[in-house]
Amino acid sequence: MFAIPSPSLSLLPFMSTSDSPREQPVPTTLSYEQVQELGRELDEMRARTVAKLGSEDREYIYKIIKAQRGLEITGRALMYLPFLPPAWLAGVGALVLSKILDNMEIGHNVMHGQYDWMREPEFNSQVFEWDTVCPADQWKHSHNYMHHTFTNIVGKDRDIGYSLLRMDEGQKWNPYYLGNPVYAFFLMLLFEWGVMLHDLEIENVVKGKRKWHDVKPLLGGMWRKAGKQVLKDYLIFPALTGPFFASTVVGNVGANLIRNLWTYSIIFCGHFPTGVQTFTEDETSDESQGEWYVRQMLGSANIEGSPLFHIMSGNLSHQIEHHLFPDLPAHRYPELAPEVEALCEKYGLPYNSGGFFNQIGSVWGKIFKLALPNSLTGSKPTVGVIVERKKVAA
Amino acid sequence: MTLHQKSRRPRLPSTFSLLSLFEAMATPHALDRYLELVDPMTTVRDLRAEITAVHRSTRDTVTLTMRPTQQWRGFEAGQFVQVGVVIDGVRHTRCYSPSCSQYRDDGRIELTVKAHPEGLVSQHLHRNAREGLVVSLSQADGTFHIPRPRPAGVLLISGGSGITPVLSMLRTLLDEGYSGDLTFLHYAYTESDVSHRTQLDAIAAAHDNIRIVFAYTDQEQGGDLHGFFGAEHLRSAAPWYADAETYLCGPPGLMRGVENVYADLGLEDRLHLEEFAPPLAVVTGDVGGEVSFTESGKVGDNSGLTLLEQAEEAGLTPAYGCRMGICFTCTSVKTSGCTKNIKTGETDSEPDKKIQLCVSVPVGDVAIEI
Ligand code: FES
Repeated sequence: MFAIPSPSLSLLPFMSTSDSPREQPVPTTLSYEQVQELGRELDEMRARTVAKLGSEDREYIYKIIKAQRGLEITGRALMYLPFLPPAWLAGVGALVLSKILDNMEIGHNVMHGQYDWMREPEFNSQVFEWDTVCPADQWKHSHNYMHHTFTNIVGKDRDIGYSLLRMDEGQKWNPYYLGNPVYAFFLMLLFEWGVMLHDLEIENVVKGKRKWHDVKPLLGGMWRKAGKQVLKDYLIFPALTGPFFASTVVGNVGANLIRNLWTYSIIFCGHFPTGVQTFTEDETSDESQGEWYVRQMLGSANIEGSPLFHIMSGNLSHQIEHHLFPDLPAHRYPELAPEVEALCEKYGLPYNSGGFFNQIGSVWGKIFKLALPNSLTGSKPTVGVIVERKKVAA
Repeated sequence: MTLHQKSRRPRLPSTFSLLSLFEAMATPHALDRYLELVDPMTTVRDLRAEITAVHRSTRDTVTLTMRPTQQWRGFEAGQFVQVGVVIDGVRHTRCYSPSCSQYRDDGRIELTVKAHPEGLVSQHLHRNAREGLVVSLSQADGTFHIPRPRPAGVLLISGGSGITPVLSMLRTLLDEGYSGDLTFLHYAYTESDVSHRTQLDAIAAAHDNIRIVFAYTDQEQGGDLHGFFGAEHLRSAAPWYADAETYLCGPPGLMRGVENVYADLGLEDRLHLEEFAPPLAVVTGDVGGEVSFTESGKVGDNSGLTLLEQAEEAGLTPAYGCRMGICFTCTSVKTSGCTKNIKTGETDSEPDKKIQLCVSVPVGDVAIEI
């Protein structure tokens, strides 16, 4: 009932069809040698950046931390002024910004090991915790390991649809998916909880593929982490504002909600806009480093925006660069982006990048479209680039 | 004593709950992550120290006086601490022994750092240490200290920068009013290489039971003894050595020399030592094989360096502290292969064994779980 028949989709104002793969019917082909050479060039790019890491990067992350702590304290303090609506709203705003910075530019990136080289115990990926209900160790498994290793391999990358949505033509349709947009909407509102439950692989538990003793320790971890988060935002801080308990709860719920909306949107723009390619397990078995790089580039999409926009998205607006070099400090991605784009051009690869509204529009377009079976929408899995995986005899 | 403790007890729960309230408010971050932005010396849990005085006593040593934060539990003369400084964005940690008495009444500690030509941290401290610099600090650790009751005779032997733990022992015994026989035998290349020389002379002048003996290896005049350690040095510096306990810290050459003499004399039990020179990887014969780091999936050719260094060269960042085999921070599981401990010379080919990366070199193919 929420699905829009596909002919009307292209009429939606936010839909961009310019980079639709259907308009490039002949896929680009990359030869084995080209892939190896591309891999070497990216390895060099990485080495050049690693050699540069030092005080500048340290100062950057401390500056962000300072800003985040300042915003958090401001936000908490302004909750004492609910009788001055603009001040209270500013407080919610400060808290939203603080949580976004904490989760994205700090948490996500630190837990990728981007700052491990500083050998600073508090910025070590092994020990860092973030201001959200998902325990860091579980997230590192589902994200750093599962998602970053098996990026966009249908059936292996559980980020394709979060075992809830149909986000790729390659996923088999069934009537459950008629609710695709509704599920997506609720996932957006409750995103931090969705992220928390991700590592449980509930669908596998239901199917009986996952046993209770695998899941039990995860539940324990969630209970401990989420318990502390809930206690802090919905009990301790509200209680500390005394008579303003209720308005502080509302403010904190609001801040968490808006943060969810934002992080969901940025993250969905990373892999689901039009033109992003997915892969099968067969295509990707025993990949070389070069082939892995190509998959990361074809499977990710960037969002264009101002420097502030990049910071507030944890530089995940540079999703392509992030997937190529997940453990390089993210604030280096903007300087790498032109080089990566030039490489793409050199090899005839798409560099999927667009404005925020363009990308998020195309994501929602896909969410609606894939609620219906491929036969109704006329779409089938598309391939934009073919990667030759063996030396072709000359 | 009892009264004092009783009167304090009721106050503990309230301070505890206030602290845990603040910690709950700061969750998931530690309270110190907020406090350090205001003042790095105001900490709830972390131990740090502020440098309050810098004194360059010889051309390549610097003596730092440091004020630790309130978590500091003190030390026993002879023990070491780990000090961490940031160099080009990276925090580096090294072990140093305090050289002051363990009873220093202002609660500060004093470290004497010798700038080794290859030493990143010691060079940095020698050049850049200044008042007000805040460094990270660990609690004191190590088993090198004098037991109680104190022995009737004490011989302290040191060489080069190994002077620091034994100087601390000397100063501590003095503060206790030690009345037994005590000789402090110190080896240096030349007179100008001895740090703390004026203080040592003053100590000798003020105490009848204390002898300070300077031995120079590269200088033939001045001082008390010349050349390397041997049985004659021992006899002339402390004729009563057989009834005393000896504490030794210095470069590997001196350590071996003293150990051999004591072994010949059958006095091994009376010798207590601390190795402070960073171990150098001894590359003997052809270095071969492959080192694989199983968790990160990295594989490299064995370069003959320590496994810690090889791991770092492969782009990994295993945890480490002292880098000289004493703190066990770097302990990791060797899943297969043979490694050699460069401190002890022992080889180990047992699978699934915990080894210290910083003092182990691979002998042939080795797999490490990092
Ligand atoms: S780093 Fe201290 S034992 Fe290896």
